[in-house]
Amino acid sequence: MSHDHDDDHHDNHLDPMAARVRALETILTQKGLIDPAAVDAIVETYETRVGPRNGAKVVAKAWSDAGYADWLRRDATAAIASLGFTGRQGEHMQAVFNAPDTHNLVVCTLCSCYPWSVLGLPPVWYKAPPYRSRAVIDPRGVLEEFGLALPAGTKIRVWDSTAELRYLVVPMRPEGSEGLDEDALADLVTRDSMIGTGLAKVPA
Amino acid sequence: MNGPQDLGGQMGFGPVAPETDEPIFHAAWEKRALGVTLAAGAFGAWNIDESRHARESLHPAVYYSSSYYEIWIRALEVLLKRHGFLGDADLAAGEAVDGTATPRRVLRAADVAAMLARGGPCDRPLAAPARFRAGERVRTKNFNPTGHTRLPRYARGKFGTVETVHEGFVFPDSNAHARGENPERLYTVVFDGSEVWGEGADPTLTVSIDAWESYLEPA
Repeated sequence: MSHDHDDDHHDNHLDPMAARVRALETILTQKGLIDPAAVDAIVETYETRVGPRNGAKVVAKAWSDAGYADWLRRDATAAIASLGFTGRQGEHMQAVFNAPDTHNLVVCTLCSCYPWSVLGLPPVWYKAPPYRSRAVIDPRGVLEEFGLALPAGTKIRVWDSTAELRYLVVPMRPEGSEGLDEDALADLVTRDSMIGTGLAKVPA
Repeated sequence: MNGPQDLGGQMGFGPVAPETDEPIFHAAWEKRALGVTLAAGAFGAWNIDESRHARESLHPAVYYSSSYYEIWIRALEVLLKRHGFLGDADLAAGEAVDGTATPRRVLRAADVAAMLARGGPCDRPLAAPARFRAGERVRTKNFNPTGHTRLPRYARGKFGTVETVHEGFVFPDSNAHARGENPERLYTVVFDGSEVWGEGADPTLTVSIDAWESYLEPA
């Protein structure tokens, strides 16, 4: 996709941030410091190539292949790279597996650390104060806002991404998914289930 | 620093409000904000820790009333000015009028895929053995540095257990301030909810952080 020119003809009506970013890009381009085509290429990467379908493939493979799941547990960076998912904000991956008695939830209370290589760019709520403030102190309350009510006895482990390790939750494989191939399994793996704010979908 | 970014356990921000079928970007300018921020990062003039510190150094009133891409852009302007790539005269004119520093490199479209695929690994080899072992009880340091740190306030002065001993990683508290990478060993440290939050804490809760070695003391 090329540079988005939606608002080029409405400069008098640009909202303040649109005007501010436009000015900054213009100045840096005039100075030869940035190449607008490189900006386009970055945007296109995260709009079309890097997103939660990557992570869903990792989870589906872990569900299907015990050897792969073991590798993912021991060396997530290498196991994920073997499927072609590497790079920025996925340099140091850790996979954390939900279990019948334990639910994992990932947050970055200090900024917006998120495993881009497998989940793409983080959603707005992940970067916003309500989630970042409450996930560590009231995870059950947060999960209920996602429609997820865990049994009272389920242990909750919250992973605050304070360093450069990036966490991918491997949700429990849903009942009724026996016999599905990896592509069909990947369709059950939602982005939120890999953050911990949801569960994998049950097959229809 | 005890800045606006340190949100763990804060109250009053309301419900999370997840969106159904949210778009990747909510405005065209957000796309440019992402791309310009990453392209400017590729100059090699600052590192991710200095970048995070610029964001958390925004005035709390600004930080809390800004969307995340707005925080990025405001901090990017600070970084560009600090490193000589942008002047107030440029911003006032809305076009390039100031002289400028020369970056180490300018990112070209053809190099984007390789740059993103490479990322920026932060692990570093360490000669020294780990000070702590898995299963060991530790206490996090109680401090209030005015500079950058990745030890959140809610996890300071708390008893926890080392779960995993990792390799060495660039030390953000130093790297953010151009004082060198000074890599230290990293540990995943787990705390009981009651240790962190005290009375009324969820009894089923454990919280972990990833802590550099100098954040930890033997318990």
